[in-house]
Amino acid sequence: MRAPSERDVAAGEVLLAVENVSLAFGGIKAVSGVSFDIRKGEIRAIIGPNGAGKTSLLNVINGFYHPQQGRIIFKGKPRSAMRPYEAALGGIARTFQNVALFKGMTALDNIMAGRTLKMRRGFFWQLLRVGPALAEEIEQRRRVEEIIDFLKIQHVRKIQVGKLSYGLQKRVELGRALAMEPDLLLLDEPMAGMNLEEKEDMCRFILDVNAHYGTTIALIEHDMGVVMDLSERVLVLDHGIKIADGSPTEVQADRAVIDAYLGLSH
Amino acid sequence: MASEPARADTFPKLLMRNARAYADRPAYRHKDLGIWQVWTWAQVLDEVRALSVGLRELGLARDDKVAIVGSNRPRLYWAMCAAQAWSAVPVPIYADSVAEEMAYILEHAEVTIAVVEDQEQVDKLLSIADRLPRLSFILYDEPRGLRDYDHQRLKWIVDVQKLGRDSLAADAQSLKRWEAAVAEGRGEDLAVMLYTSGTTGRPKGVMLTFDNLIISAINGNEFDSLGPDEQVVAYLPLAWVGDHVFSYAQPFTAGFCVNCPESPETVSEDRREIGTTYAFAPPRIYENLITLTMVRMEDAGRLKRNMFHYFIAVARRWGEKILNREKVPLHGRALYWLGERLVYGPLKNRLGVSRIRLAYTAGEAIGPEIFRFWRSLGVNLKQLYGQTEASVYITAQPDGEIYADTVGKPNIGVDIKVAENGEVLFKSPGVFVGYYKEPQKTAETKTTDGWVHTGDAGFIDAKTGHLKIIDRAKDVGRLNDGSLLAPKYIENKLKFYPNIREAVVYGDKRDFVCAMLNIDLTAVGNWAERNNIVYGSYQELAGHPRVYDMLAEHVEEVNRSLAEEEAMAGAQIRRFLILHKELDADDGEVTRTQKVRRGFVAERYAPLITALYSGAREADISTEVTFEDGRKGMLSARIKIRDVRTVPLPAMEKAA
Repeated sequence: MRAPSERDVAAGEVLLAVENVSLAFGGIKAVSGVSFDIRKGEIRAIIGPNGAGKTSLLNVINGFYHPQQGRIIFKGKPRSAMRPYEAALGGIARTFQNVALFKGMTALDNIMAGRTLKMRRGFFWQLLRVGPALAEEIEQRRRVEEIIDFLKIQHVRKIQVGKLSYGLQKRVELGRALAMEPDLLLLDEPMAGMNLEEKEDMCRFILDVNAHYGTTIALIEHDMGVVMDLSERVLVLDHGIKIADGSPTEVQADRAVIDAYLGLSH
Repeated sequence: MASEPARADTFPKLLMRNARAYADRPAYRHKDLGIWQVWTWAQVLDEVRALSVGLRELGLARDDKVAIVGSNRPRLYWAMCAAQAWSAVPVPIYADSVAEEMAYILEHAEVTIAVVEDQEQVDKLLSIADRLPRLSFILYDEPRGLRDYDHQRLKWIVDVQKLGRDSLAADAQSLKRWEAAVAEGRGEDLAVMLYTSGTTGRPKGVMLTFDNLIISAINGNEFDSLGPDEQVVAYLPLAWVGDHVFSYAQPFTAGFCVNCPESPETVSEDRREIGTTYAFAPPRIYENLITLTMVRMEDAGRLKRNMFHYFIAVARRWGEKILNREKVPLHGRALYWLGERLVYGPLKNRLGVSRIRLAYTAGEAIGPEIFRFWRSLGVNLKQLYGQTEASVYITAQPDGEIYADTVGKPNIGVDIKVAENGEVLFKSPGVFVGYYKEPQKTAETKTTDGWVHTGDAGFIDAKTGHLKIIDRAKDVGRLNDGSLLAPKYIENKLKFYPNIREAVVYGDKRDFVCAMLNIDLTAVGNWAERNNIVYGSYQELAGHPRVYDMLAEHVEEVNRSLAEEEAMAGAQIRRFLILHKELDADDGEVTRTQKVRRGFVAERYAPLITALYSGAREADISTEVTFEDGRKGMLSARIKIRDVRTVPLPAMEKAA
């Protein structure tokens, strides 16, 4: 679908590195001793069977969970625990496996919410909507309109997201994440529950986001075809352990990966 | 007819006239990033000129063909005029054509430059570029996603305009050359080539001159007294003659404003914001809007629903009479007045037709119920009959002479006659020059003395003097017992039911009439939800026994209505089935303008037709389907066939 651009080839710079991270809930080890990195400007896929620890790993990256062991180096700064808002401030945005939008708000307002961190005026200024607060809102709205245009959701701009189809909700959620202008975008199964056409649209949007804004993307996805089309490097997890890491072709040919997917008894 | 002397006889000349006469009036609007952007006629001249000179710098020459592909955007309309300034010929192409269809037209028309909307279209063109040695440049309007593409042959329109502006600034002769080229244009020059989607065979390039389009447009403006204050929303395919006349020729001649929607999905919202005054749509759009309204009303609270139904009944009774300025008793007027405040006004606002002065429907026959519904709300909906080969106008209904089942009287400057076999012929200033590179086909359609065969069967109604169209001339057939069969006439009756999206009727040279139906997913899906019917897919819903029951009732109702008409009574439907997939233009089952290709459908679903006539209760079918990305797959299903009651004919009386 896409030839690696110069940026990809030159991509040596590591944006985020996960070092020997382990996470357990009581006796259950969700992630154990996983290390991998995400390079600046790449689309990195994380795959694995159900319960492999993919979402847990994503939650560790954006500060939802705190690993018991290991550390995360983001933009060169190591930290073991980070709160989600700190991650957001630091430029990590994400979407969720089960869409987590404000269902009663319009698509526009949901995406505007994504710009909260970019607003300089406080609550009362915003209530007044005059002078500098108005100017700021107009500027923020312009950015949001660009995203709406980018994701082609003009027709649902003023519709409550709860009334939208699943595919469109996913797109609005991506829009809200983009509104943060993140350095790293985490997508948790962006194509789950979509039909073929919606999947293709979403693929194109993800590639466009990467190309247009230069955003680094890490995504969890089940659909191997999608992963092959989108990413250059794939991390494979099974039972919380890294079993493979490489190009999609390498990964597909990997014995351990095939076993994990075909359900070899452990 | 002689209202406008030949001074401004081409679109570029009209543009220069408008830039003087209507300099500060809005000419184009386009909603971008949620805000309506406006260009005045003077600004449009500047934009078109820059683009035109830029195209010249890219090597555009006289008689070159310029393809225009995309949705309705100002720059694509400007590109047409920019090409015409050098006497090059724009060739608009349906934006939803797959690459293969596009390749045929690009090759046949010998296109040298293509002006397209966005990445999607660029990708399509690049995928067929090796087959098109003549194609030198592709211009695009929307740069998104195209940054990393090879820009050897690919240009952003704005960059080409900059090329033009630089040339105009650097060299005083540049402007003079451009103006001289515009002045050289003649009314009899070729203005545009519109490829007809064609219900059969390859598309044909209909060649229209400036005179064809401009005289027809001026006559149309006069017929409906259209002036510079109209607002139209351009949303129909650029390649369709209707859009070319209503959103290009008429605004240029009358000086009114063309509003381009934000995206194809926002048209209804945009229409509402603009408050369109003059509208044009194929019947299916009027149908869809009503279906949607009816479905929504079923979901409304009881008070609202009852109010809606009560006042719609009032409107049906008095609305059309009021619109036609007939005598209406005082209580009728009072109720209608109340209804306007409570129901019609808000509904019209919702549908974006509050300010509408004139709305046309054409392309296909409209269901009389739908037609009356709109008129009863106070919307001046009229019928028009036209063709690409006529620069649209053949007949239209003058104000005050509106009938649901006629297409009106000949437009200004048009003559019509009906041949012995029932086919309608016309002669007008809009008659096309010919089909590009197909003299044989031109000769078949256009007689030496200038009459054009429409291919439609019709007759002049004795009572009203209006033309009535019943079907395509070649489709009108007879059953084995000699009864007249006008398939489209029956299909239209079926399609009036919101639950039926498409219908295909067979019976020519057969013993009886059969129908294949498509359910309307919106209407039937909603009905299923209200009735707690669970379904997993379109196919499952279509095959549901209760859906069959419901549609069987509709078919029987149609039979009763057919039985009331002497000429059609013999052609009642005996058996029907519901197809497991929607008839789709990508599979070639309907044309790009949504007309069913009956013959092709018959071939494709041959086992079903056999089963319909063999008396079988069900049949298996397996068809190839094309996905939006051009990939193909197989879809198979077992389809049930239903028998329906017919109304017995008083045949004995005739026999006696």
